Amino acid sequence: MALVNPGFVDAVKQSEAFNASACMNCGVCSAVCPMGIELLPRKLFRYVLLGLEEKVLENTETIYSCLLCKMCEANCPARVHIAENVRFLRSYINKKVFKL
Amino acid sequence: MPLPTGDTIGILADNLRMRNSVLPISAKSATSWARGLHLPRGAKTVLYTGMMYQLIPYIAAMSKAQAGIEDSFLANFVKLGRQVNKVINISAFMAMPPKSMRETYNRLLVNIALLLQRAGVQFGYLYEDELYSGALVYDLGADDVLKAHARKVYGTFQKYGVKNVITVDPHTTNMLRSVYPTLLDGYDLNVKSYLEVLVERNIEPKNRLDREVVIHDSCVYARYENVLNEQRTLLKNAGVTVKEPAYSGKFTLCCGGPAESLYPKKARARAEARVKQLKEVARNCVTMCPICYVNLQKAAGGEIELADISSYLVQAYC
Repeated sequence: MALVNPGFVDAVKQSEAFNASACMNCGVCSAVCPMGIELLPRKLFRYVLLGLEEKVLENTETIYSCLLCKMCEANCPARVHIAENVRFLRSYINKKVFKL
Repeated sequence: MPLPTGDTIGILADNLRMRNSVLPISAKSATSWARGLHLPRGAKTVLYTGMMYQLIPYIAAMSKAQAGIEDSFLANFVKLGRQVNKVINISAFMAMPPKSMRETYNRLLVNIALLLQRAGVQFGYLYEDELYSGALVYDLGADDVLKAHARKVYGTFQKYGVKNVITVDPHTTNMLRSVYPTLLDGYDLNVKSYLEVLVERNIEPKNRLDREVVIHDSCVYARYENVLNEQRTLLKNAGVTVKEPAYSGKFTLCCGGPAESLYPKKARARAEARVKQLKEVARNCVTMCPICYVNLQKAAGGEIELADISSYLVQAYC
């Protein structure tokens, strides 16, 4: 179970950096990820779009493990800017959790 | 326990904010490669190292120290380390690479300068005024610190009247060409990798290298900056037989280096996987990014011979 955090939803909506609305949850990104990260990015972005901040924060290690190598982006049929989205989440966590 | 993410990023961001580099090194270490080359200080066109090649020996020494801390009780002290680092540059004590390694990486910068001179390019260098681009802090998402640093870097270029920047590595190319324009109003620098400049100048080889190499593309050149043909053109024109590994060009496999600062063991595992692919194709491997070079080198264990592309090019073209 997880709660929707309206503040998180607002932060994502206001950001120009995060955009995963084109994601059709096909799973190519997860299949080609060199880190073998099953979660990234399709499920993670779904959590973000739903405003499930707790679920996103549970996956902090996964978010910072991403190599930003764009292998997923090069294969994404919906042309989602996956690396930019991951950077946005890092920036969000840096401020919200790590107070950087 | 793993390295604490927030405090590790905090140390790197603090260093960039207070000391202008994620891993501060002396001006002497950063500029010694240019000794004897008589490069003018500043110019309309400059060779910008972004300190990446100079930093790699220190980053390698630091990550060795970090790997020892990762999953040990010492990881508990990183938080304390961040507080101490605000007063004393502790990274200077943790990262002391051997002189031979520093000389190896300096030599690669000399190669690049010689290649540009051979191609007839007139360029200067900013010496101790040159700053690190902030690439690692950008990747880690410390946006506010990066933006302030980008202003400093751009201010230095403006001070010297620089219009054209020639970069030496993919990460700095990406920062100056694609990231800074999104951070800074009025940013007007023309940024090109030295590989692009050499091809544009139609540099002609003096010597033919009858060798076979497997090429490892940098993710950043391949998927961020679309630099894919230049390296192949320069090697092929020099008589080098370029072999492609599984996953190459636009679909190159990452060396794992970007995970090094937070997860050294994950980085090592990725590098080992890439080395396995490379050694199936040829014994000699060419790289074009200092991060790829050092990360694959650590995992290679003598199974393949790695060399930066400039080492080949300088033999053929100079």
